[in-house]
Amino acid sequence: MQPRTSPEVGGMGHSMKRKEDPRFIRGKGNYIDDIVLRDMLWMDIVRSPFAHAKIKSINTEKALKVPGVLAVITGETLAKYNLHWMPTLMSDTQMVLPTEKVMYQAQEVAAVIATSRYAAADGVEAVEVDYEPLPVVVDPFKALEPNAPVLRTDKKDKKDNRIFHWEAGDRAATQKAFSEADVVVKQDLYIPRIHVASIETCGCIADFDRVNGKLTVYMTTQAPHAIRTVFALVAGHVGLSEERIRIISPDIGGGFGGKVPVYPGYVIAVAASVVIGKPVKWIEDRMENLQADSFARDYHITAELAAKKDGTITALRMKTLADHGYADAAANPSKFPAGLFSICTGSYDVKKAFVEVDGVYTNKPPGGVAYRCSFRVTEAVHAIERITDVLAQQLKMDPAELRMKNFIPKEKFPYKSVLGWEYDSGDYAPALQLAMDKIDYRGLRKEQAEKRARGELMGIGICSFTEIVGAGPSKTFDILGIKMFDSCELRVHPTGKAIARFGTKSQGQGHETTYAQIIAEELGIPASAVQVEEGDTDTAPYGLGTYASRSTPTAGAAGAMAARKVREKAKKIAAYLLEVSEDDLVWETGKFSVRGAPQRSKTIQEIAFAAYTNHPQGMEAGLEAVDYYDPPNLTFPFGSYICVVDIDRGTGMVKIRRFVAVDDCGNIINPMIVDGQIHGGLTMGMAPALLEEISYDESGNIQGGSFMDYLLPTAMETPAWETAKTVTPSPHHPFGAKGVGESATVGATPAIANAVVDALAHLGVRHIDIPMTPEKVWRILKEKGVAE
Amino acid sequence: MATHTIRVTVNGTAHDEQVESRLLLVHLLRDRLLLTGTHIGCDTTHCGACTVLLDGQPVKSCTILAVQADGREISTVEGLEKDGKLHPLQEGFWEKHGLQCGYCTPGMMMTSCALLARNKNPSEAEIREAISGNLCRCTGYVNIVKAIQYAAERSR
Repeated sequence: MQPRTSPEVGGMGHSMKRKEDPRFIRGKGNYIDDIVLRDMLWMDIVRSPFAHAKIKSINTEKALKVPGVLAVITGETLAKYNLHWMPTLMSDTQMVLPTEKVMYQAQEVAAVIATSRYAAADGVEAVEVDYEPLPVVVDPFKALEPNAPVLRTDKKDKKDNRIFHWEAGDRAATQKAFSEADVVVKQDLYIPRIHVASIETCGCIADFDRVNGKLTVYMTTQAPHAIRTVFALVAGHVGLSEERIRIISPDIGGGFGGKVPVYPGYVIAVAASVVIGKPVKWIEDRMENLQADSFARDYHITAELAAKKDGTITALRMKTLADHGYADAAANPSKFPAGLFSICTGSYDVKKAFVEVDGVYTNKPPGGVAYRCSFRVTEAVHAIERITDVLAQQLKMDPAELRMKNFIPKEKFPYKSVLGWEYDSGDYAPALQLAMDKIDYRGLRKEQAEKRARGELMGIGICSFTEIVGAGPSKTFDILGIKMFDSCELRVHPTGKAIARFGTKSQGQGHETTYAQIIAEELGIPASAVQVEEGDTDTAPYGLGTYASRSTPTAGAAGAMAARKVREKAKKIAAYLLEVSEDDLVWETGKFSVRGAPQRSKTIQEIAFAAYTNHPQGMEAGLEAVDYYDPPNLTFPFGSYICVVDIDRGTGMVKIRRFVAVDDCGNIINPMIVDGQIHGGLTMGMAPALLEEISYDESGNIQGGSFMDYLLPTAMETPAWETAKTVTPSPHHPFGAKGVGESATVGATPAIANAVVDALAHLGVRHIDIPMTPEKVWRILKEKGVAE
Repeated sequence: MATHTIRVTVNGTAHDEQVESRLLLVHLLRDRLLLTGTHIGCDTTHCGACTVLLDGQPVKSCTILAVQADGREISTVEGLEKDGKLHPLQEGFWEKHGLQCGYCTPGMMMTSCALLARNKNPSEAEIREAISGNLCRCTGYVNIVKAIQYAAERSR
């Protein structure tokens, strides 16, 4: 899309340099641990070495003698205020601090409050806890066996470890389609537990002012407004009232979903500040962050496809066991226990489908969706894109050809999927074709054949994904009953500059720039003159926050709508100033002019000045608007990715030689920022494909609890990503945009996995679970007799 | 716990400080000298968010004791801009969208600073190798490489 505005105005389509960067490149960002308040105390947390154990006693005597230690808070302390348990976003409950038993390794057991960071850590070392280990449930399949120990003994009447059963689609019709199919393929896939590991960990400063009864919490949160309401609901009974709670989310060093949940540490810090009357700071270290904070994935999926001989897919079936840890603390919309997993029919015109998911308790940390993905969309896309390749292999068909054959045709949009979604817009074949052309797909297949003849291992993997983002329409989407709208409050100052406040919260996505560009596009006020603010619940309008690629679809839309409301009022003022009827006015970027007499015009700046100095009688002064945007539908970004890998027969090392990503996120606000989002997303998609996994031994000990063995991609493994776009605007979004922050994470993993399997397909390999580590791949090479 | 009097010169300014033996350099910089541009990301020398230059060499200040810096020169991100003029690396990171959340950026720039001091014309492979001890979760490194190339060109 060619920009409609000049570079000086900087509306949509301009790769404007980011407005937030001047502070970051000078080291002047303001992250949580940079904030220091007068009289501030420090909190550090005692954590359980056991995955399941009864707490026999907690002895705080020695800890309280450590110089600088002021208090030790335990579950008993919190129980006095009935704050030892808290609700999760999924209407489950989780402990803040335990009074009876711990349920996972690294669970919070007690908190030490001290006068310094170091004294608090000393205090933690001195707390003595006596545990009695209990039988540990690690395997979610075993958790459902009849003799499995019931973990949630706190829940009266709970007789097993099942959290929920969820299903979508038509079981009988799908079964019929499978029985009538020419070809059926079935594959078990495990998508392991991973962790977002944003480079900044989580933390807060809770500051309770005893004089006016106001609680201010500076907090690493992606959803400050929802958090305020949760705090008011959880702690209302001890006197915290919503108008006296202020959440401030400062600069955030990466979120990716890991900063949506309310972790026990936040609540303990608040309780400590309320009791002591001083600010209390809590900052996690990396091991606490990896071991206790919200995880993602952990889906055990059995995927099946039914097809005709010619490759036409006729039905899909998926059965999933979801390991949620000891509590269902996933941050899904309330009505969606398995998130948006029913997007698993993907980019294909599948006529019959049935999916079911069972959530299970185990002795692991709670969580569920926090890894740059829109509510289980990653799992859905991995499953459909992997099983599609399995089908191609079974049919001896080229995976690109199989995809082209089954794509939902362009003319069927808006497309009603068999599992109930209405895809807003899509044009899948051109995206795949563009990726194939850019990477020279035919040439690569030829090269692969030659290499195979020489015994070299090269693979080409495709993923043609469809995402579902931008939650969401209020009729179906809420979190704890709060509808998932988002908001913008826009004020135009007398001199024609503006401030816009939003209900979301950037964690690096560049909202201060892109939101200003939206206002610039709509009003012609230069983006450089639009101040964007988010993250302070005392000043910003209520919104549900930034996650699941929802900011542009919801708050961005609210920005455009607020600007259009301002423009409506500006039109009335312009008509008054120009002494014409509103019907005689024409808007072009930045000004209203009289139809047929373009020299007679008023700029938005002139109109803004008049709004405060010379507004029409009977009209309110000022030029501002608020919009709470309730999207009519979600947005469905899509794309096709192709990856080329070479595998070292000596080490099993997978090297990504090339990776072409063609994305379609509708109309683009800032191409530079969108490409940055794609680059980062691709890297976070590569990570679980090749490197990252958090697993547990049979005693529930975490494997991968530090950066020593939880491997984030460095610049060495990460390839030079190649990107391209097609543009299919969303028909219902005010400026035709779709969410983009997570597309690449969703699409990259299966593309890489498919490439690795493709490299070994001629040896009879049909599937490998991620992560495809050198060891795992080498063992397969050894088994197939091709290891060097 | 024993304390020591140390003198460290940070971005050209000398500081005399009383420190505990165990005080980490990163905490001296952040909590005492209030130079909060140097960040902490992992505590185990993996992520590089805390990278500063110690006598010109990039070090991870989360695993260096403050006492080890006694009598030495330290450069942090706050010292990059000179007389109101951005360092070419700062320009490059801004120009090429080499940062998103900004948390790894100071460490990334300090490592790059040391690279450019010893190699005025690094290849892409040399840049990637040089920053392989600095983790970025947002950018996928593509634009960080471009930012460093931009700075290398500007510095020549």
